[in-house]
Amino acid sequence: MTQSKSFEPACPLPISATKTVQLAHGGGGRLMQELIQGVFMRAFHNPMLDSLHDGAIWPVEKGTLAFTTDSYVVRPLFFPGGDIGSLAVNGTINDLAMCGAKPLYLSAGFILEEGLSMEVLRRVVNSMAEAARTAGVPIVTGDTKVVDRGKGDGIFINTAGVGVVPAGVRVLPTSIQPDDAILVSGHLGSHGVAVLSVREGLTFDGKVESDSAPLHHIVSDLIQSGIEIHCLRDLTRGGLASALNELATAAKVGMVVEEAAIPVQEPVRGACELLGLDPLYVANEGRFVAMVPAQQVEAALAVMRRHEVANQPAHIGMMTDRDPPLVVLRTVVGTHRVLDLLSGEQLPRIC
Amino acid sequence: MKYVDEFRNRAVATALAERIKKTVRRPWSIMEVCGGQTHAIVRFGLDSLLPPNLTLVHGPGCPVCVTSVSLIDRAVCLASLPGVIFCSFGDMLRVPGSRGDLFGVKAAGGDIRIIYSPLDALELARNNPDRDVVCFAVGFETTAPAWAMAVTQAKQAGITNFSLLIAHVLVPPAMEAILASPQNRIQGFLAAGHVCTVMGYEEYEAIAQRYRVPIVVTGFEPLDVLEGIAMLVSQLEEGRVEVENQYVRSVSREGNQQAKSVVDRVFEPASRIWRGIGEIPASGLRLKSSYNTYNAELKFQPDLAQLADGVEDPECRSGLVLQGLLKPPDCPAFGIRCTPEQPLGAPMVSSEGACAAYYRYRSHATRDA
Ligand code: SF4
Repeated sequence: MTQSKSFEPACPLPISATKTVQLAHGGGGRLMQELIQGVFMRAFHNPMLDSLHDGAIWPVEKGTLAFTTDSYVVRPLFFPGGDIGSLAVNGTINDLAMCGAKPLYLSAGFILEEGLSMEVLRRVVNSMAEAARTAGVPIVTGDTKVVDRGKGDGIFINTAGVGVVPAGVRVLPTSIQPDDAILVSGHLGSHGVAVLSVREGLTFDGKVESDSAPLHHIVSDLIQSGIEIHCLRDLTRGGLASALNELATAAKVGMVVEEAAIPVQEPVRGACELLGLDPLYVANEGRFVAMVPAQQVEAALAVMRRHEVANQPAHIGMMTDRDPPLVVLRTVVGTHRVLDLLSGEQLPRIC
Repeated sequence: MKYVDEFRNRAVATALAERIKKTVRRPWSIMEVCGGQTHAIVRFGLDSLLPPNLTLVHGPGCPVCVTSVSLIDRAVCLASLPGVIFCSFGDMLRVPGSRGDLFGVKAAGGDIRIIYSPLDALELARNNPDRDVVCFAVGFETTAPAWAMAVTQAKQAGITNFSLLIAHVLVPPAMEAILASPQNRIQGFLAAGHVCTVMGYEEYEAIAQRYRVPIVVTGFEPLDVLEGIAMLVSQLEEGRVEVENQYVRSVSREGNQQAKSVVDRVFEPASRIWRGIGEIPASGLRLKSSYNTYNAELKFQPDLAQLADGVEDPECRSGLVLQGLLKPPDCPAFGIRCTPEQPLGAPMVSSEGACAAYYRYRSHATRDA
């Protein structure tokens, strides 16, 4: 009788032998340890995480802290130009950047569905690690739970982030001034159309890739160049139109936007025409609007053009004292209309 | 899609608007039939460029809006059946029936898929042989050929777990119904470019002559619509009654023969109830009996038999809106009890609906900032 191993309550399979996520991977036992060590630590490792403590600990300097969190539920998990992992890292970095903060550290919480392929998990985690490395913002603490099959969509990720806002910087809606200009950092709608194209198996003229990217470098460059940024907002779900409406309401100002000045690339525009979607409401993951003093428009655009993530930055409009908090669009044919919040999701039309 | 910029040029728009202003001497009421044109008009504020004595009236040209409550109820019933994958175009999901909408069914666990083309639905049937794929076939002449193709291919491939709940409607009978109504005040039509791309405009010639109304086949871009209006008012002022074609880049008099023949092979005209308007003879399509296998109403007859006749919300004036007798903001419920979040009628939720257009682009009053 071989007595080489004692009885183990946890599933005895080593991680390398399990091709899918199992409930025991979230059970706190050996399998979970193997998942943490073999997948997460291997990909994310950094001194703070490697200390295997319950949380991350670091000294604080004087200044203002920024703190944000976001959850990512994306279908499909992989799309042209990105995946749920890089999105979860960039998205939270961008939320910090939009506060004018320098992002410091991220946390990552995973909710995995039983049966998820280990290969897929690895790809997602590696993509997160890569995104965090590129951005220079380490993931220093995390958590994993496994839910029954059918109770999740493969993988859900929550990321939270902490950053520091430099002294003297006050980037927030209430800093918007009545004569500010509105800039957009790049062409709109690529992320939404890229996701739709793989989700629904649609092909359009020309390749459309997600614009998912971290924006903190460009923001810090703007601040360091002496641009007096009054407000920033990343253009995620709901697109440009929703972001402008939210800001107009928060700042109690009116805005006039020039439709002809809003950059939308040809394949995105074509796809939107075809599906009856308005690119101004389509999601982005690497674009933002900036409210800056009118006399700094050219300087700000020049800074943006230095960065690859700002693709086709443009001056698209101005604040107005008319009818706050209305956002008015001057159409390409020269008429005016309200650019309102959308009531729900945009649904593709019939003909 | 290079067209988009060419047809949104501001200088040309201004020139066209000037031409219209110079031409119009008497008051005229003209109707754009198509919901896509209604949206272009409201979205780009084209009516603000027109002289005050030219009235634009919105027509019944949105297939989502005119689908009867009974058909929505049928869709809701079929989508709720276990074993069914229900396929629909996106903008049907929010349209209220008398027993809720398809979004409600989806939230309750119904397997509803948003499709972009009928052939996607056929593919689903092929990949899910143990499920019944039922499709809500909604649309005008434009989408009918694609559904006819899907049915033809299903038959060829021997696929039997595929069927259609048909809500197809035809434009010319609706135009005639409006013209024949004693309340009619329409003096000219902008006909829907997309529909004519498939069907041509031969059939419109008899209508134009019978009712003495000029008709201009018109596209959807703002400049298309303005040019269509310019052509129409020229006819009206000169007393001509013709069918003219503004949308030459896409439409011919005969239309697309191939598309027409596949529709003729699979479908035949049938009487259809239009939401808010009532029954219009020969204004819809149904499957020919040789394609009965693909008729969801026959296939699921026992399930559908228990449905009572659907009732429209009595407050909704969509019938008047769709016949051009009422502008959406003049509906007492508009924006108060009827919003895109809580719609009373289909025109508030369809992406081509007139009420939705006004709510979205004009909800806080029209303005010239
Ligand atoms: S506003 Fe609402 S209730 Fe009134 S006609 Fe339109 S859809 Fe019907």
